[in-house]
Amino acid sequence: MRGLLLSACALAALTIAASAQAETVAITHARILTAGPAGEIAQGTLVIRDGKIAAVGPTAAVPAGARVIDAAGAVVAPGFFATGSLLGAVEVGSLGNDLSVNNPDLGAAFDVQYSLNPESILLPVARLGGLTSAVVMPIPASSRGGDEDEGDELTAGGGDSGSRSHALFAGQAAVIHLAKGDDLLTRAKVGMVVPFGQAGAGVAGGARGAEIVALKSALQDVRDYMKNKAAYDRAGYRDLPLSKADLEALIPVVQGKMPVIADVHRASDIRAVLKLAREEGFKVILSGAEEGWLVAADIAKAGVPVLLNPLNDRPESYEMLASTMENAARLQAAGVMVAIESDGGAHRARETRYNAGNAVAHGMPYAAALAAVTLNPAKIFGVADRTGSLEPGKDADLVVWTADPFEPLSQPTAVFIHGQQQPMTSRQIELRDRYKDLNRAYPPAYTH
Amino acid sequence: MRVWTWTVALIAAAAVGGCATTTPQAKTGKTSAEAPSKPKPLAPGLDPLVHADAFPSTYKPMPSRPTAVVGAAVFTGTGALIENGVVLVKDGRIEAVGPNLPVPAGYESVDGRGKWVTPGLIDAHSHLGVYASPSVPANSDGNELTNPVTAEVWAEHSVWPQDPGFNTARVGGVTTLLVLPGSGNLIGGRGVVLRNVPARTVQDMKFPDAPYALKMACGENPKRVYGAKNRAPSTRMGNVAGYRQAWINAADYARKWDDYRAKAAKGEKADPPKRDLGLDTLASVLRGEIQVENHCYRADEMAQMIDISKEFGYHIAAFHHATEAYKIADLLAANDICVATWANWWGGKMEMLDGIEANAALVNAAKGGCAIIKSDDPDLIQRLNQEAAEALAAGRAAGLTITEAEAIKWITANPAKALGISKQTGSLEPGKRADIVIWDHDPFSIYARPDRVYLDGAIAYDRRDPRYQPRSDFELGQPGEGSR
Repeated sequence: MRGLLLSACALAALTIAASAQAETVAITHARILTAGPAGEIAQGTLVIRDGKIAAVGPTAAVPAGARVIDAAGAVVAPGFFATGSLLGAVEVGSLGNDLSVNNPDLGAAFDVQYSLNPESILLPVARLGGLTSAVVMPIPASSRGGDEDEGDELTAGGGDSGSRSHALFAGQAAVIHLAKGDDLLTRAKVGMVVPFGQAGAGVAGGARGAEIVALKSALQDVRDYMKNKAAYDRAGYRDLPLSKADLEALIPVVQGKMPVIADVHRASDIRAVLKLAREEGFKVILSGAEEGWLVAADIAKAGVPVLLNPLNDRPESYEMLASTMENAARLQAAGVMVAIESDGGAHRARETRYNAGNAVAHGMPYAAALAAVTLNPAKIFGVADRTGSLEPGKDADLVVWTADPFEPLSQPTAVFIHGQQQPMTSRQIELRDRYKDLNRAYPPAYTH
Repeated sequence: MRVWTWTVALIAAAAVGGCATTTPQAKTGKTSAEAPSKPKPLAPGLDPLVHADAFPSTYKPMPSRPTAVVGAAVFTGTGALIENGVVLVKDGRIEAVGPNLPVPAGYESVDGRGKWVTPGLIDAHSHLGVYASPSVPANSDGNELTNPVTAEVWAEHSVWPQDPGFNTARVGGVTTLLVLPGSGNLIGGRGVVLRNVPARTVQDMKFPDAPYALKMACGENPKRVYGAKNRAPSTRMGNVAGYRQAWINAADYARKWDDYRAKAAKGEKADPPKRDLGLDTLASVLRGEIQVENHCYRADEMAQMIDISKEFGYHIAAFHHATEAYKIADLLAANDICVATWANWWGGKMEMLDGIEANAALVNAAKGGCAIIKSDDPDLIQRLNQEAAEALAAGRAAGLTITEAEAIKWITANPAKALGISKQTGSLEPGKRADIVIWDHDPFSIYARPDRVYLDGAIAYDRRDPRYQPRSDFELGQPGEGSR
């Protein structure tokens, strides 16, 4: 009997999920920040049908039978991207994550798409911060040793060093969506993470110049391997330091199809990366780039996008002496495509919207900051045809906010991913509600 | 060295033994038969109560003039918001605050219309100076991880006044901060309250008459650090044994000094205890002279720390981090213990897994609750107002009614209380230090930035005037200097 009941419940849940998928929703009287060509719509309607945005505009019609959400002047914005994220691949910082590999046969071939856990308790927390997508990136060898957002001063990471050719490449990033469900993957193999500067020097044996030589040599090995696969397979070719899996994984990089995500900070290292990319013919995305503003014209000329945390303004290391809160604004003004990251990208990923707000407070136009957490990361990682702005035909990944989404005092009131309305709760909310009233007769464990 | 020791021993013996022929007192002709010989002072450095202020503050306010900030929305830090308010500053102190105050002749009038004013922000938990930027090993001076109880170390002896982080914190409106030792030890040492002024020496930054702090730490950090060294503590029960043993040692040490002083006062022969720097600090805590600032995440551990404080007779000023404070908000309020926490930080390790955004708001909601938003971070210290806004929003989302005027206390008046400096700063009340921030937006907005920061009525920072944008020595001649 009990089993029967449960099955009935499960069936009901499935039915609800299925109907939610097909649900047509019209959000009316909303200030719509499209992040697309339509810009900001002072008051309009957005229609969701079959998981997609069916219509958006000041005069879009409400289809018959649609569930209507009257925003009453509130704001609708695209769901935000957590760029440079660990979401889905970490649970408790000190317990490690699924993004760091120290395996002599696996560097470039490491693919984070197989690390993802849709049941992570971080995902609902991130959704309540207005995030609907993330770019999950491998963590380079020399930045391992501590989760950046672990919390107190004792948890700062240590580095490791030693020449290991496989560690030149940290692996391949993926774009995920944060919808409740059993599959997070939006697009795999969106970039190859490579540490440069001090971290790159660390994996190459100690000096920056050594890493550049080692990378050139590795990429030449990939080209040689491509031309001599048959000989390689019958062991009739010279020894190559990289494993076959790594060589295979790097083919799209040397072909200019998969961008290198260059983890780099110092201005001189950024120049070195741009030069190397030009010489070797690979595409590049800069990540970090705290001193990017010093070489903004070079970056813009190369057409290279930048992922950055606009809050990095201290000379935190000898690679970030010139860091400033105005980095985002200065790069954007120079014509660089900028995407804004949060600090740590996991437990505190929900701060992405505040980081965008801080970029505005330090000179970035509002529309540019909005793009930096929506359309720009979608473009940079090749998913702009599906998400990143509120345009007809794109996935309905969007959030209804009480007011300006960059403001801490604004709260999300509805989150849609792929057109499905997401639950507005998290383990944190459950804890909060359990302990809100400490005067209950029974212990808190009875409240759930 | 040997000569020194011998000399000290002689003097000490002379002092306590009433050894008539060698003391100046003997030359006055008095003998012990006529009157009890007054105990001679111990040699310099041997009596913890003599020259107790061994590293005295040399802080001097920067030059200021009588000033009136006129027309701003003023958060007083006492729970009030005065629209179109006037703040009068004279001799570096708040002279008056009100809605309709006339500006006396000779005062510099600062146009505050369209702006907001708050008390200078106070960070109750910082490691600026002891973990300075750039964070290279040479600048890592915050944790003396060589013994689980290092009550003898003082954070101020690690503070590097040229840490560029002091300047970026001031740009964010921070005028006072508590610099603490790290959390790797059960008892990490003394913390120091600093005025956030550019200075050549840490003494020039020390907050005059502020009590010292004692850093204690619960949970994972001490047991991980010392467990890894294969020594105690390696468990939480080992932690608790460690605290209790330290307090037993302190109480015993205090008793020996009391006995000695009682005997010496009566002219009886008495041997002074050997001074012990760590036990001096702990004994000062037991005398109520030092604020206990206790790093502790979990609710159950905080309850145990409260019991330990009662067992040995000291008061915990604040639990820090305290991500589970909301689970025992009633207990903390009943014991008059503040909670210095974040809004957004959680999940980095097991003991912070249950951190929630509404923590501060739920602490605040308990009758008598004292919530503080602090940084523990050289970046977050620049945006305490934003973290407070996030905590406020979470409280409202939980259904609590909290005004901004109340929430501003989380980064002003409440940390002043936890640091023991409420009489001097933390609110805009007549007679207090004129530590003032003028903001260009409501400080609970993400777009708010300080236009001007005053310390003791002196302009310490002005966003539009390079003359008031100090740079540390480290920043001079480095890439990006002046473009930050």
